[in-house]
Amino acid sequence: MATLLEVKDLRTHFFTFEGVVKAVDGVSYEVEEGETLGLVGESGCGKSVSALSLMRLIPDPPGKIVSGELLFEGEDILKIDMDDMRRIRGAKMSMVFQEPMTSLNPVLTLERQLSETLQLHRGMSREESRNEAVDLLARVGIPDAERRVKQYPHQFSGGMRQRVMIAMALSCNPRLIIADEPTTALDVTIQAQILELMKSLTNEFGVSLIIITHNLGVVARYADRMNIMYAGKIIERGTAREVYSNPRHPYTVGLLKSVPRLDLPRRAKLDPIEGQPPDLINLPQGCSFRDRCRWAVDKCATDAPVLELVNDGHWSACWRSEDLGASALDFLPDLDEIGAATNGSAAVEESEEEN
Amino acid sequence: MTTMTEAEQLGERGGQHGDILVEVKNLQMYFPVTAGIIFQRAVAQIKAVDDVSFFVRKGETLGLVGESGCGKTTTGRCILQLYKPTGGQVMFDGQEITGMSTRQMRVMRRQMQVIFQDPYSSLNPRMTAGNIIGEPLIVHGLVNSKEEYRERVAELLQNVGLNPYMADRFPHEFSGGQRQRIGVARALSVDPSFIVCDEPVSALDVSIQAQIVNLLEDLQEQFDLTYLFIAHDLSVVRHISNRVAVMYLGHIVEIADRNEIYQNPMHPYTRALLSAVPIPDPVIDAQRERILLSGEVPSPLNPPSGCVFHPRCPIAIDSCTSVTPELREVDSGHWAACIQSPGYGAY
Ligand SMILES: Nc1ncnc2c1ncn2[C@@H]1O[C@H](COP(=O)(O)OP(=O)(O)O)[C@@H](O)[C@H]1O
Ligand SMILES: Nc1ncnc2c1ncn2[C@@H]1O[C@H](COP(=O)(O)OP(=O)(O)O)[C@@H](O)[C@H]1O
Ligand code: SF4
Ligand code: SF4
Ligand SMILES: [Mg+2]
Ligand SMILES: [Mg+2]
Repeated sequence: MATLLEVKDLRTHFFTFEGVVKAVDGVSYEVEEGETLGLVGESGCGKSVSALSLMRLIPDPPGKIVSGELLFEGEDILKIDMDDMRRIRGAKMSMVFQEPMTSLNPVLTLERQLSETLQLHRGMSREESRNEAVDLLARVGIPDAERRVKQYPHQFSGGMRQRVMIAMALSCNPRLIIADEPTTALDVTIQAQILELMKSLTNEFGVSLIIITHNLGVVARYADRMNIMYAGKIIERGTAREVYSNPRHPYTVGLLKSVPRLDLPRRAKLDPIEGQPPDLINLPQGCSFRDRCRWAVDKCATDAPVLELVNDGHWSACWRSEDLGASALDFLPDLDEIGAATNGSAAVEESEEEN
Repeated sequence: MTTMTEAEQLGERGGQHGDILVEVKNLQMYFPVTAGIIFQRAVAQIKAVDDVSFFVRKGETLGLVGESGCGKTTTGRCILQLYKPTGGQVMFDGQEITGMSTRQMRVMRRQMQVIFQDPYSSLNPRMTAGNIIGEPLIVHGLVNSKEEYRERVAELLQNVGLNPYMADRFPHEFSGGQRQRIGVARALSVDPSFIVCDEPVSALDVSIQAQIVNLLEDLQEQFDLTYLFIAHDLSVVRHISNRVAVMYLGHIVEIADRNEIYQNPMHPYTRALLSAVPIPDPVIDAQRERILLSGEVPSPLNPPSGCVFHPRCPIAIDSCTSVTPELREVDSGHWAACIQSPGYGAY
């Protein structure tokens, strides 16, 4: 597979009265052609900012992409001028947001909104673009597309609006779609419909997809590879299969252990990650996960770990990544044995007896 | 409407009638849709809750799941008498509370509290955490001196894992998880026996969700609480509940023990809901059965005839468009409202 997008040491900061918010701080990864990449992490960790940076849609001021390269089809799109960037945004990359109403124009019919983009970016005539608009709506599963294309966004339900957004995103045959929490606001059965739709359409057209979500299940089901972010950095990345079965960062382990699982016997107690994510203005020295980490050692307080290869195609940014892996999911580390400074409460893992 | 409620049937079988704290019988909540400029007249009704019956035993957690708009919050608010139901009864500790006077209800309300989903909008931004938590103590006259007030607030803060010195802070100085703890402390302040938890963790990150779920479980044990736990996340509900009720378009379609409902779902909607939840493990998830429901939830303004689920049901038959299934015990302690469910019998 060829590489479509290469992100190198991207840093996006916000210069606010309180201080510099390092929302994205040295992020590197690549997106292969046709793959689905999952981007997960807690709210505020920099997922949306990293997505908006790829599109160069960071509000300036207060935001600024302070360094990095974004090689899209080999060209650094951080260096091109805004007009060229707008063309790329329309034709090669598009975005689907959590709340579709923010990107739909409430006073225009879908026909107007879709056909205008089609005329602009694909040079279609009015007639052609109207037909294509109906086709697009039908393709994303909107029943009665012929009639509904004449309607306004508010006449659609949340799930249907998200389908419209997908139609818009697909309208210019992009190479990359970035979906920022596309189903967070939707119910599970509608979420399943929308994600299946995105997956099948991106497969059909060989489009690369970046799905941003905080739902670990969604990534497991739909992503080929995943990046896990914490406090503005990617702390672990690899194929979804590898990361879920053999996590090598304590934060990933913590996330996986904190969610109740429908497929496993019920645990007597959940095993949360204690504490809260740090303030991105006052990041501590050393590892930013340290004060929540059950595995922390002295070095973690002084030296910040960087992503290192831990296995084929699998990176982790942790001084103790060697000590983690599949076994970390099964039992709690014996805290005395590893001499860890911890603030975690011991949790019981055995399944409760059936009643 | 003539079917026996679960509690009656349990009672008849010499079951645990005495253990029931909250009972809802044939509850209906219809909201009028009005039109007209000067004279508002009702032109239609939103059937938010339609003939719902269930009970909650003392000390247990009953989970209530279903997609948004299916009537979960309305059910909770009817139990708390924040809405006056259109029909049906709510019993609390053996007393009928539907139709109680405001004064009688004030006494009852101390027993019944609520925790909301949104830890941002549900706390008054101009009040300190201490006063948010302590206000009900004053409203219900539960403290006699400033000293006692302060001590009680400090104690409540500690009960929910916050520090007493945080009493002077304002909501915006807390994280989402901490705010939810404040909401929990406020609910606890009047020493209730029953709490409606309306999506208390839905807005929180997964790692914080687990903290709050554990807190709610600890408090339940410590203070003998009974919960109605409303949520749309089935894995969280399965974890925290003893029994689970599934709602669809104003109706309860299935109730069973938490293990039973997940291992042996009888209603096609429950099955579809369960299969829609992706498991956070790619290998296991790939092996699961998937039922993709077509279409969307119809409007409660104009619900489908017969079984309200029939337009989306993958196994619907002709009778489903005319027969309204009732919630029947299809297996011991397992209730389902589907005419094709094994054990449903004649329809
Ligand atoms: N316009 C802005 N001004 C200041 N800070 C911002 C702005 N946009 C985002 N941030 C900050 O950047 C960080 C990352 O935000 P975001 O990428 O939206 O997180 P998420 O992972 O939830 O999508 C947060 O701390 C947020 O407060
Ligand atoms: N105060 C109200 N007035 C009119 N309609 C309402 C009111 N509250 C809820 N509804 C409607 O009743 C239905 C059930 O709502 P709700 O109980 O909030 O569902 P849930 O909590 O399951 O998402 C929805 O269709 C909703 O729009
Ligand atoms: S580097 Fe240290 S503190 Fe950071 S995740 Fe690894 S063990 Fe924990
Ligand atoms: S009664 Fe019919 S439509 Fe309703 S759930 Fe059962 S099979 Fe489906
Ligand atoms: Mg975001
Ligand atoms: Mg609700």
